[in-house]
Amino acid sequence: MSLTPVLTKRFGTDQPWKIDNYERLDGYAGLRKALGMQPDEIVALVKESNLRGRGGAGFPTGMKWSFVAEPKGVPQGQRYVVVNADEGEPGTCRDLPLMMNDPHSMVEGIIIACYAIHASRAFVYIRGEAVHAIRRVTAAVQEARAKGYLGTNILGSGFDCDIVVHSGAGAYICGEETALLDSLEGRRGQPRLKPPFPATNGLYQKPTTVNNVGTLASVPYIVLGGAGWFKKMGPEGSPGPCIYSLSGRVKNPGQYEAPMGTTLRELLDMAGGMSRGKALKFWTPGGSSTPLFTDEHLDTPLDFDAAVKAGSMNGTSAIMIFDEDDCVVRAVKKWSDFYAHESCGKCTPCREGTYWYIAIYERLENGTGTAEDIETLLDLSDNILGRAFCALGDGATSPVTSSIKYFRDEYVAHVENHGCPHAGSRTLAGAH
Amino acid sequence: MSSPFSNKPFTQSFANEAAPEDIETKAHAGRSNFRTTVVNLERPGDPSIFDEQTRADAAELISRYPEGQSRSALLPMLHLVQSVEGQITPDGIAFCAEQLGLTRAQVSGVATFYTMFKRTPTGEYLVSVCTNTLCGMLGGDEIFAALKETLGIGNNETTPDGTITLEHAECLAACDYAPVLTVNYEYFDNQTVGSARNIVDQLKSGGRPMPTRGAPLCTFKQIERQIAGLFDAETLAPDAVSGGEPTDAGVKLAIQRGESAPSYAVEDGGRAGGESSAQRASQQPTSAHDAPLQTHESDPANPAEPGDDKGEEGK
Repeated sequence: MSLTPVLTKRFGTDQPWKIDNYERLDGYAGLRKALGMQPDEIVALVKESNLRGRGGAGFPTGMKWSFVAEPKGVPQGQRYVVVNADEGEPGTCRDLPLMMNDPHSMVEGIIIACYAIHASRAFVYIRGEAVHAIRRVTAAVQEARAKGYLGTNILGSGFDCDIVVHSGAGAYICGEETALLDSLEGRRGQPRLKPPFPATNGLYQKPTTVNNVGTLASVPYIVLGGAGWFKKMGPEGSPGPCIYSLSGRVKNPGQYEAPMGTTLRELLDMAGGMSRGKALKFWTPGGSSTPLFTDEHLDTPLDFDAAVKAGSMNGTSAIMIFDEDDCVVRAVKKWSDFYAHESCGKCTPCREGTYWYIAIYERLENGTGTAEDIETLLDLSDNILGRAFCALGDGATSPVTSSIKYFRDEYVAHVENHGCPHAGSRTLAGAH
Repeated sequence: MSSPFSNKPFTQSFANEAAPEDIETKAHAGRSNFRTTVVNLERPGDPSIFDEQTRADAAELISRYPEGQSRSALLPMLHLVQSVEGQITPDGIAFCAEQLGLTRAQVSGVATFYTMFKRTPTGEYLVSVCTNTLCGMLGGDEIFAALKETLGIGNNETTPDGTITLEHAECLAACDYAPVLTVNYEYFDNQTVGSARNIVDQLKSGGRPMPTRGAPLCTFKQIERQIAGLFDAETLAPDAVSGGEPTDAGVKLAIQRGESAPSYAVEDGGRAGGESSAQRASQQPTSAHDAPLQTHESDPANPAEPGDDKGEEGK
């Protein structure tokens, strides 16, 4: 599989975040073309392209839009596009570079989305810590407004649209779409019970589509290139270019945009191989909430369908790579700390379950763990998975159950050795 | 107040066991999930301490949201009061409540949910070290331990001179630059114990080291103003770096290998297919060929200079 830079094609060019530079490389040509089409045609085009949401779940974007565009009685301005730019999934580092380097592609995608679903206002919910992305997107919105791509009667089409850039305040849960909506309404970011779905009862109880940054940034290219062009990359059921974010024990970490369905073996080749000459041990295909893969999965195609078939998920295509010297128990302990910290507290299984996780991992690390603890971790995971409102709790179980599945021996070694068998790890156990 | 719902009876009932400050500390120690803790509201707070400028800023933030939906401005407003006071105080809570027509309980309920709203005075520089799995295992844990030792403070604590607040952070979305830390949320990438110590040493002695990515440093209060969404021309377009080697790794390799996405033709746009977008991005565009549409004025005086290495140095 070869590299196919589309969303990342302007990276490394001269100040790609400036609107003049953006326009020189296709910028806002997609919007011009879209405004010459009927909104329904755009929804149909995105459906036909089979673009699937890049935020992790892989839901078909065109279908999502059609739900929102459907209730015909709702007047323009009474529906919303909300952009999920709350990137926080461990390992995920794709949307922030995109907004920092090429914010206009997302802005252009937002305007097209608004036009397609008859919305006239969009909100970009950016993670609060991502101040440089907030800056770049705010500037891009101002530039777009000054050039007539936003505001009233855009490019003489009669279509009005504006974008509000909104900062979060540090809460991973707000990456969950209904928690994000509550947060955007000025509340604690806790998930809502679904149904009703945001498509009918979203922001301010109005029809709303919540899309990821990368999803929307893909839209101008689909409008320009067409569904057939988009489907030239990757498998039929999960097509398009995918930004794989490689990090960890790899020689040249970074953003590698290649067709959906690229394998880790191919990606490792692109990234120069393992960084310290050690063997690959475990990795995440799509962030910490996706079950771990091992060296058995080097040739698994990384797309939404094939990854599920192999027992994990494509998630946010955030590939964290660990080698034979990395302790899997320590890695999962730290992810569990994260989920316990970020659980919003609404659902008991997630709030209490993640709290129990860290107590058990603490024992395994400090040498007081027992064989029964390993069984308790699995039992606990059974009681979290599928028993909470949102996917945070499910995600918390992924590294735990998958690591026990592939590395039970290492857990047992922690019990029998009274601590971590990896040299040097013990001194760091208390650093968190 | 005689209402059974005022907070006075609660304060009294706790008074025998511990001071109100201790209640929160204990909650932190006992439960790692701070979202289930409460903020100490032992005094009602005084919204009048905020000046006209802050009131004008609040009005500006509220105006961004649809009519009747002013509560949406609450998170930006909390960033705003934090930009004035360096933390969330009962006064800040009272101000937000007054401006948005909410109760103080509603506002404090929101303020306590989010990590970025600080409940204790924050230093001029907030140093956040990522200790999530990837950064932690690539050296973030050692860096955090070293900074605690160097600064003589623990997690969420501030140096006595009020210069630096240290915290460990969850994933900062810069894993390809691991291990990372941020100072007032600007990135310092690919850190070591030595380089991190060097950063805090400079901060302690009044220096302002340049972030690897992001704008030149300002104070915690100033950055909170930007996060609230309040920019001026200078803060909005700083002399800032956006990319770096990992960000550009894939696109550079594609050029090196001669690989690209399939090309597409733009009908009626005056552009033939043939060339891939990546190839075009890597070449100096020829004006007529690359003008997006006839309506667009091509600008031969300022050709893009893709393909050179400026992206790495930023701008």
